[in-house]
Amino acid sequence: MIADLLAPGTIEALFPNGISRYAIGGLLVGLGTVVIYLGTGITAGASTFLESTLSYVSAQSRFEQYRPSRDWRVVFTVGIVGGAAVYALIYQGEAWALAGSGWTTEVQPWRLLLGGILVGIGTRIGKGCTSGHGICGVGSVSRTSLVGVVTFLIVAIVTANLVAAMGVSP
Amino acid sequence: MADRHPLFMPLVLVGGLVFGFGLGFSHMARPEVVIDFLTFRDLGLLFVMFGGSIVAGLAFWVVPRLRSNAPLTGRPYGRRLKSFDRNVLIGGSVFGVGWGLSGICPGAAYASLGVGNWPILYAIGGMFIGAYVQGVWRSREPSADADGVPSDD
Repeated sequence: MIADLLAPGTIEALFPNGISRYAIGGLLVGLGTVVIYLGTGITAGASTFLESTLSYVSAQSRFEQYRPSRDWRVVFTVGIVGGAAVYALIYQGEAWALAGSGWTTEVQPWRLLLGGILVGIGTRIGKGCTSGHGICGVGSVSRTSLVGVVTFLIVAIVTANLVAAMGVSP
Repeated sequence: MADRHPLFMPLVLVGGLVFGFGLGFSHMARPEVVIDFLTFRDLGLLFVMFGGSIVAGLAFWVVPRLRSNAPLTGRPYGRRLKSFDRNVLIGGSVFGVGWGLSGICPGAAYASLGVGNWPILYAIGGMFIGAYVQGVWRSREPSADADGVPSDD
């Protein structure tokens, strides 16, 4: 019905890869968060891991404060890597065959490194990332998180379009 | 810590596995897909964020009405509420530039490693550098940031 109101082909243009992979993936991301919440009451985000892990090698007070949670955050991250690896093993290349199951990005290393540095600074100053603010915070209807998400979404859209306009690709 | 419930770590691992599988399945672990989203070539990522936050939101809303404390930690069930100050805007903006430039955020970066994307180590290395730099810098401040006190023991 809504599709009829739009010009023909609009849905295909906005969602050239369909929506099921995104919707199912999103539900699973949420489910992973809920599993941890149900058992522990913790609303886990992905980026605190960066600082809590630094507490293993640095005595800076910013990192030391995360000492109590650093072990489980390592386990959480290992789980994320492992879960994605299971996905890759099943869906990338031939199912359950290790050969051909890897995928690598074409995005240039300098973009990954520089972007990573800014993400690392920004997420810790801004009190959360796409999972902490985006999933747990929005799910909590936290005004702080909603403002955080809108902020980084707008800035990221402007940045990505500027970078594309400058002809940087991939 | 030392007296954690024996099922605490296994449960966190299972949650991480489901979370990471979802990031792989949604293709958000691929920087190209995030960049396509931010440049309006494929808006599918909206469903990842909304899908994830709706599922989490339902749990955050329903579970505290059924039980008061989590079985493995005794923690009271609550929501993720953080105080607002200008750091949210400053940090969010810096994060946005990095996300828009690289197409990668922390959770998706870990998942990206899992799908075999070894060049993502540049991004993960960068994130540690960025987190370290801000940590050293902010450790010097006489921390008045009440929100700096972590709640997730």
